[in-house]
Amino acid sequence: MHKTGIARLTLIIGVIFIATFITTDYCLSEMFKDYIYQPGTLKPTDSVPKLKVGDQAPDFTLPAVSGEKISLNQYLGKKNVVISFVPAAWTPVCSDQWPGYNIAKNIFDKSDAILIGITVDNIPTLYAWTTPMGKLWFPVLSDFWPHGTVAERYGVLRSNGVSERALFVIDKKGIIRYIDVHDINKRPRLEDLVKELEKLK
Amino acid sequence: MKKITILLVGIIFLFSGLVVAFAANEPPKEGGMLPDIKLSVPKSPEGKTYLGLKGDGSFTIPQIKANVVIIEIFSMYCPYCQKEAPVVNELYNAIEKNPDLKGKIKIIGIGAGNTPFEVDVFQKTYNVPFPLFPDEDFSIHKACGEVRTPFFIAIKINKKGTHQVIYSELGTIKGAEEFLKLIRKRSGLK
Repeated sequence: MHKTGIARLTLIIGVIFIATFITTDYCLSEMFKDYIYQPGTLKPTDSVPKLKVGDQAPDFTLPAVSGEKISLNQYLGKKNVVISFVPAAWTPVCSDQWPGYNIAKNIFDKSDAILIGITVDNIPTLYAWTTPMGKLWFPVLSDFWPHGTVAERYGVLRSNGVSERALFVIDKKGIIRYIDVHDINKRPRLEDLVKELEKLK
Repeated sequence: MKKITILLVGIIFLFSGLVVAFAANEPPKEGGMLPDIKLSVPKSPEGKTYLGLKGDGSFTIPQIKANVVIIEIFSMYCPYCQKEAPVVNELYNAIEKNPDLKGKIKIIGIGAGNTPFEVDVFQKTYNVPFPLFPDEDFSIHKACGEVRTPFFIAIKINKKGTHQVIYSELGTIKGAEEFLKLIRKRSGLK
């Protein structure tokens, strides 16, 4: 009897402890108020890496919200590429991540890099979600069908069908130079990406 | 056994207290005071002069040399804050151009969850003329009731160094002139 009591108390303490000290980052912008689904704190990463720095980045072709089709290989020999996978539209953190990149174009330009945003959502969802962000200078691609194929190939598809919050830096030769499969609950610091871009020069 | 149970219950109460302490933060109320916020004195001479501060340590907002301080809680990543940036710059210019207000009303921004680098990107992108401070670990944001952004707070600093909140609202200030009128009225600045 006592043992069960103590076990229960320990459990309660544990829960209170977690509630007190583990917090997620917020989707702060008033813009997305009431529209963001709050999943709570998620398992930081939930996929098995398939690629490593030094590997050739697998090519892909995906539809963009703008209507065109974008292939990774179209940038070969021309531009460095940053791929930003975010878990899904209408989720916290990422609803703020791309608007941040949107005012950092000159940082990408300095390293002769372009940015590609990818989620596993379909085009209408991506359209509805990204339109209020204002005009984005980078393409947003839909990895919806066959579901999450590109995320899967890049080893960032989570077990529930959304992708990790991941950044890949790919140089002009198509070689992967940096991989950050980030804690899904947190936004990667911009300077960490910038440091990697500066190494490409 | 009983002792252990009592001990555990004690620990729970302690943690519950902590939870309340953490969760009880609400946005500053008009008529009330700011939570205890410490910021680093800006490194730039312009920033120091503008705020009337010296040295390299930290300061609290009511130590700023002004009658009124307007605080914007923003994020480099927030589209509404990006849209608001020119309006707040206009507010700054309206204050600086008015000899009755220059030096009396100061503006600062606090970048919730932003690193110093991210705050700097925002400052350069929008040519923000007033000091911005990073709040990378969200500690100030938490102390201010985890408000959405942009959130504006204005305080009136009294002669004795005490202060009171005269404005605390979520969302755009709408127009620089209208907002300035409201702040002058509430602070009694002629």
